[in-house]
Amino acid sequence: MRAFADLLDSLVFTPSRNAKLRLIGEYMGATPDPERGWALAALTGGLELQTAKPAAIRGLIQERTDPVLFGLSYDYVGDLAETVALTWPGKGGANGPPALSEVVDRLRGALRGQVPDLLAGWLDACDPTERWALLKLITGGLRVGVSARMAKMALAERFAVTLEEVEEVWHGVRPPYTELFGWLDGPHDKPDVDAAPGFRPLMLSTPLEDADAEKLDLSAYRAEWKWDGIRVQLVARGGERRLYSRSGDDIGGAFPEILDAMTFDAILDGELLVHPADGSGPPYEVAPFNDLQQRLNRKTVTPKQLREQPAFVRLYDILFEGTEDLRPLPFDARRRRLEAWYARALPAKLDLSPLVAFETAADLHALRSGSREGVIEGLMLKRGDSAYVSGRPKGPWFKWKRDPHTADTVLMYAQRGHGKRSSFYSDYTFGAWRRTDAGSEELVPVGKAYFGFTDEELRQLDRWIRSNTVNRFGPVREVKPGLVLEVAFDSIARSTRHKSGVAMRFPRVAHIRWDKPAIEADRLETLEALIAE
Amino acid sequence: MNRSSQMAAAPRPEDWIRVTPLGLWCEPGGFHVDPLRAVQRAVVTHGHSDHARGGHADVLATPETLAIMALRLREDETSGRRQPLPYGETVRVGEVDVRLVPAGHVLGSAQVVMDYRGSRVVVSGDYKRTPDPTCAPFEPVPCDAFVTEATFGLPVFRHPPPAGEIARLLASVRRFPERSHLVGVYSLGKAQRVLSLLRAAGYHDPVFIHGALAGCCDLYRAHGIDLGETEPAAGRKRDDFRGRIVMAPPSATADVWSRRMPDPVVAHASGWMRVRQRARQRQVELPLVVSDHADWDELLLTVQEVGAPKVWVTHGAEEAMVYWCRQQGYDARALSLVGRDEEEE
Repeated sequence: MRAFADLLDSLVFTPSRNAKLRLIGEYMGATPDPERGWALAALTGGLELQTAKPAAIRGLIQERTDPVLFGLSYDYVGDLAETVALTWPGKGGANGPPALSEVVDRLRGALRGQVPDLLAGWLDACDPTERWALLKLITGGLRVGVSARMAKMALAERFAVTLEEVEEVWHGVRPPYTELFGWLDGPHDKPDVDAAPGFRPLMLSTPLEDADAEKLDLSAYRAEWKWDGIRVQLVARGGERRLYSRSGDDIGGAFPEILDAMTFDAILDGELLVHPADGSGPPYEVAPFNDLQQRLNRKTVTPKQLREQPAFVRLYDILFEGTEDLRPLPFDARRRRLEAWYARALPAKLDLSPLVAFETAADLHALRSGSREGVIEGLMLKRGDSAYVSGRPKGPWFKWKRDPHTADTVLMYAQRGHGKRSSFYSDYTFGAWRRTDAGSEELVPVGKAYFGFTDEELRQLDRWIRSNTVNRFGPVREVKPGLVLEVAFDSIARSTRHKSGVAMRFPRVAHIRWDKPAIEADRLETLEALIAE
Repeated sequence: MNRSSQMAAAPRPEDWIRVTPLGLWCEPGGFHVDPLRAVQRAVVTHGHSDHARGGHADVLATPETLAIMALRLREDETSGRRQPLPYGETVRVGEVDVRLVPAGHVLGSAQVVMDYRGSRVVVSGDYKRTPDPTCAPFEPVPCDAFVTEATFGLPVFRHPPPAGEIARLLASVRRFPERSHLVGVYSLGKAQRVLSLLRAAGYHDPVFIHGALAGCCDLYRAHGIDLGETEPAAGRKRDDFRGRIVMAPPSATADVWSRRMPDPVVAHASGWMRVRQRARQRQVELPLVVSDHADWDELLLTVQEVGAPKVWVTHGAEEAMVYWCRQQGYDARALSLVGRDEEEE
């Protein structure tokens, strides 16, 4: 528990991604099995334990401390787990803190009613940091700013393998991952997951700059639309069905209609999209990204969502047909296999992403800028002779996004950054003008950006912010409305979460308009007119 | 002195020590303790700026505290009469006998022991009970009323052993040899304590210090306290800081000054670092719980050891302390002194 608690404690305070990777990697290298495997499961959200509710924890502390003093402490700290960790009367003594593996073993075998007694015994033997970590673990939800992908990346870095290799075996291994570590850190071979319905790391593209586009030998490339959904992999193998996100997370639970339609034996690459409730297909009409958004980041789905935002997958590629690995074949050959397979299988809820015909670069330019916003982000260019390789090789596949929208906005708030930027105000909230009910002009925040400027511009912005501050709230400064930022963004949609009622996708600073008076910046109505309904 | 036999005749502490807008006022002595603004006659417990203000006509304090005030205040603020009173010696001020007793907070820090017609009041100033080689240890003095600070007067504040916190700092220095470690410390007391803890942990590399720390470090050395080697951070190149410890006032760690460091790990050494949210608000990457104030357990221990029937709680989290004291049968109240700066500890 000691080392695990120290790890979580450090992760909470560490803003830099590289430093987090180092911390996790060090822990995984220095900690024995099965301890590190359980820690990995906790970090990647794969640990299923008997949990305790906050009320149960409150009950335990109230039996042990003065309620008035606890109440004052809780008011001050504001977080139950932390208050309990700090005020629990530790006993120390003969029993050291439990190992993480002991905690996991006992909790997995425990009935819900036994959890409080187990917990109390452990808390007695722990120090405050260990108590905090234990309480985080047992209330479910570590919230230490680490994604599953980041944990896998840390393993790859520490044990000198590629992220794709870790992702490939990931779905064939289970906590506490002794098989995985036996390969990473021991004498064993890579776990054999070929027969398992595992994730095959995706082939990704690199962005194509307009200048590079001129130099490309277009005859070697095929064009496809870049659909504005989320990239997925469909794995149907040996009766098992999985739907994986781009990073290898199993998201099938939230899309049962797709799993139901996977009555075949193949591994496919495609874009998860939503079609209008009254639409039919295949092929399907694509609903705007905002509709798909309603169904993302959920573990389950409601009947209403299934009705109103029905999902389908638009296929790009085929990786396996049955057990035949098609990845070494050139793109053109895979495309023929995909079309032939589709014609035979005629699966429900799937359609084919068409190839887009073109002859000249001018054709591509016209196609790209004429594509439907909110549905298509731009074009994909794929070499006809490219094998399907995982990762992001530069050259075989390019994404060529439509030119972004821009708007002139006014800087409203600035927040200090982290790590190398910790002394700089580097995160900017910007606003657009609107008329209030009373008839005066006010700024409403329309977005936040923290990149798109050079280091020198960052220094200039920082200087401007420090000398134009009108208010401070912790690490945030409110500035007088005097600096116009031209921001670029891919699209804009309605949002109930923001005061302005709009939300930008992928906003970044395009130019700092030192020359432009703030009052001439754009109005909210101008932005609203860009929303693709 | 047989204290109990005089009890009947002695005045009540609240009859001769009062809270005024300027701070604690000792009427028969004609002096304030740690007054907030310039007064005729002040007794000063220690050199931190929220206790040692400038411009008083007469100041009574330990020689160390007077030296610190001379260093930190402008000359015209220290030009009045300065009366050094070494620990343990007694001096008559007005009708009151005054003695200064070590408080264990910073160099020269003192409790003010005041005897007036058989009634004794002790003002703790700021204090701690954890051993600290940079200052004399706290001595409990029995009294009729004990005026205690309560900066960390909540049960969440239990400071861990400082050696363990320093070990975490050194582990981080080993883990990130290409980065610098920028430790935020208050320039009087905390800076020298952390240096001394580093040396005790076997770390003997030179430590870079911000210019604001230099004066107090020199003054400590002049009082025979070994801080090991320090070097000014000013004028050094970025690469000089890699793998090294740099100390600066907390405000400098997130400001323009810190830009000369290569990707610094920002640490703060403070009792406030015990609460994670507080550390995160300050964007501290390595919180070190090292405090020069008593933690909750030390506050309670001290109240019990001093054994005063009346406990007056000043700056900090008075509510929990007063509640606890009353539960234990003490006649406790909050003095609500204003003007103490909780951040600077």
